[in-house]
Amino acid sequence: MSKGPCLEKCSSGKGRSHGHDDFSHMAEITNVYSLTATEKLYQIQIIDADARRDFYFQPGQFVMLEVPGIGEAPFSISSSPSRRGDIELCIRAAGTMTNFLSRLERGVMIGISGPFGTAFPVADMVGSDVLLLAGGLGIVPLRSPIMAVLENRSRYGRVDIMYGARRPSELLFGYQHAMWRQFDIGLEVIVDEGEEGWQGPVGRITEILQKRLAQGERRKFAKETNAIVCGPPVMFKFVCDMLLQAGLPMEKIFVSLERRMHCGRGKCCRCNIGSTYTCVDGPVFDYWSVLNLKEAI
Amino acid sequence: MIFKIIAARELALFFDILAVNKIVGPVKKGSAADGRALYDFDVVYDLAELSLDFDQTIHPAKKYFLPYLEETCSFAIRDKGWEKEVDYGAYRPVVLFGLHACDINALNKLDKVLLAEPYPNRFYAAKRASMFIVGHSCQPTPACFCHAMGTDSVLQGCDLFLTPMGDEYFVEIFSSRAYHILENLNLREPGSKDHKLFQEAVEARKNLFTAEVDTSDLTKILDMEFDSPVWDQWGEKCLSCGTCAQVCPTCYCYGVEEVVAMDMASAGKIRQLYSCNLLDFAEVAGGHNFRPESRGRLKYRYYHKHRGFVEAFEEALCVGCGRCGTNCLADINVPEVIASVRGGEVEDV
Repeated sequence: MSKGPCLEKCSSGKGRSHGHDDFSHMAEITNVYSLTATEKLYQIQIIDADARRDFYFQPGQFVMLEVPGIGEAPFSISSSPSRRGDIELCIRAAGTMTNFLSRLERGVMIGISGPFGTAFPVADMVGSDVLLLAGGLGIVPLRSPIMAVLENRSRYGRVDIMYGARRPSELLFGYQHAMWRQFDIGLEVIVDEGEEGWQGPVGRITEILQKRLAQGERRKFAKETNAIVCGPPVMFKFVCDMLLQAGLPMEKIFVSLERRMHCGRGKCCRCNIGSTYTCVDGPVFDYWSVLNLKEAI
Repeated sequence: MIFKIIAARELALFFDILAVNKIVGPVKKGSAADGRALYDFDVVYDLAELSLDFDQTIHPAKKYFLPYLEETCSFAIRDKGWEKEVDYGAYRPVVLFGLHACDINALNKLDKVLLAEPYPNRFYAAKRASMFIVGHSCQPTPACFCHAMGTDSVLQGCDLFLTPMGDEYFVEIFSSRAYHILENLNLREPGSKDHKLFQEAVEARKNLFTAEVDTSDLTKILDMEFDSPVWDQWGEKCLSCGTCAQVCPTCYCYGVEEVVAMDMASAGKIRQLYSCNLLDFAEVAGGHNFRPESRGRLKYRYYHKHRGFVEAFEEALCVGCGRCGTNCLADINVPEVIASVRGGEVEDV
């Protein structure tokens, strides 16, 4: 009946850096940039050079960020997988932990564990068209697959990003939009309500998606496209329904879900959706799996 | 499996051999309003303190392997950075003396999820590795339905299992260390008469169960009845107090809280067992609550135990101990909830 590790070896420990165990990687916030009034981009570097080099992750995975005495919370990685342990996290100041983070400056030491969870299968999408749909903060987990596709642009067919936000002043990564377009990515941005100086369209993301679906042939779209979707719960429903109606099979629509998490390791149950842990079975699910999770979206 | 017979008076010697360790067992704690004796697991120093004929304890022995509060790490905070220390806190073996089949099977179920790679709960693993378990047979109460969950007998998960037969015990030996301890006692081999007595005891116990739960195809039926109005009715009764999770031998959900020392030089994390029925269980930063209503939270408790866990491990995360029903302040119990979901009706709500 004695399962588990030998007692002598693991009854206590000090300062080991595992990343996956009960010890996080020590990491430094090397830069903080304000993107909007509430969101900041944190550039974070794992201190240990070996751990930093060995920090392999896939686009869509997340890390647990730990601040001693304040908290530990899950955040999607927003940087390219090729940057490994030099990660970027885009974080909105919304709760205790994230408001504390928003007051930090460069040089502060935090803990990073992970990477955790499932990923967008961008490697499997090579050779096909990729359609990325983001609503609001949903652009945050999509920036990693965007970067991965962009770095291997020639290996993909048509790539479109459709990005909806409430107001122009809430748009994230605006400084990179021109670059994405430069790399032959069709980027369309739409806002719920315009602000002074906004020249782009005003409306819902479904409107620009409708326009895209009206172009080209239905069979070709259904056969050659993979969709990646992330946004608020209402957006999932409408966008995924439209993609299904356009003929896209469920196993080629990928979504990233958000839930409360305390561990990230499939143990605390806080992210449990009946049968599934968002942290280890997700956060990325194909739409077929989502349909089988009652009330997932 | 190895079987032996020991005289009941030998049990004191067996207890004394184990007593160099911390021994935990069922102890009488008082009486309920209806005169029924109340038991709970506690540390004991003498065999006489144990009430091995207990019907059911209020709480499972959970606090000895999944403490309600547990410090998961401490931080020494320096000028630049900090150092983290982790103590799995299992330095003294614990003997659980007198666990019923339901509670032993609960541990087997917890092992499946908490020891699972790649992220085992090392606090639990360390405690499990230094644990010696003496099982004891039981007499079912009206709340018990372990027979319906397939957890009324033990095939693994303890060191030995005792079944009283007159002034003797029928002993099932599950581990080598249990065998070597028993070598110090006067043992005899069971004969065909003992085998017959054991089977009669099993048969007699089987006939004592009164609560029934039909679990056949329950995972599918739960999915079909996801929008059933019975969930609204149970949700209206539920007080969202979390008592069911507190007394459940298989509930392991938790939350983490941070503590900071007054001088800001150190900090730590406290893991606290939680309940999926509590209001803020699924609330995220920014205020969105994925399960704001009690019916949704109650429903998901059943979905996790009787659907999700079955999908993952081909068994339910429930051992039919009946504690949640006995202790529920709103009179909600598993047999009635499942019967109502199957039948689509709630009686007398």
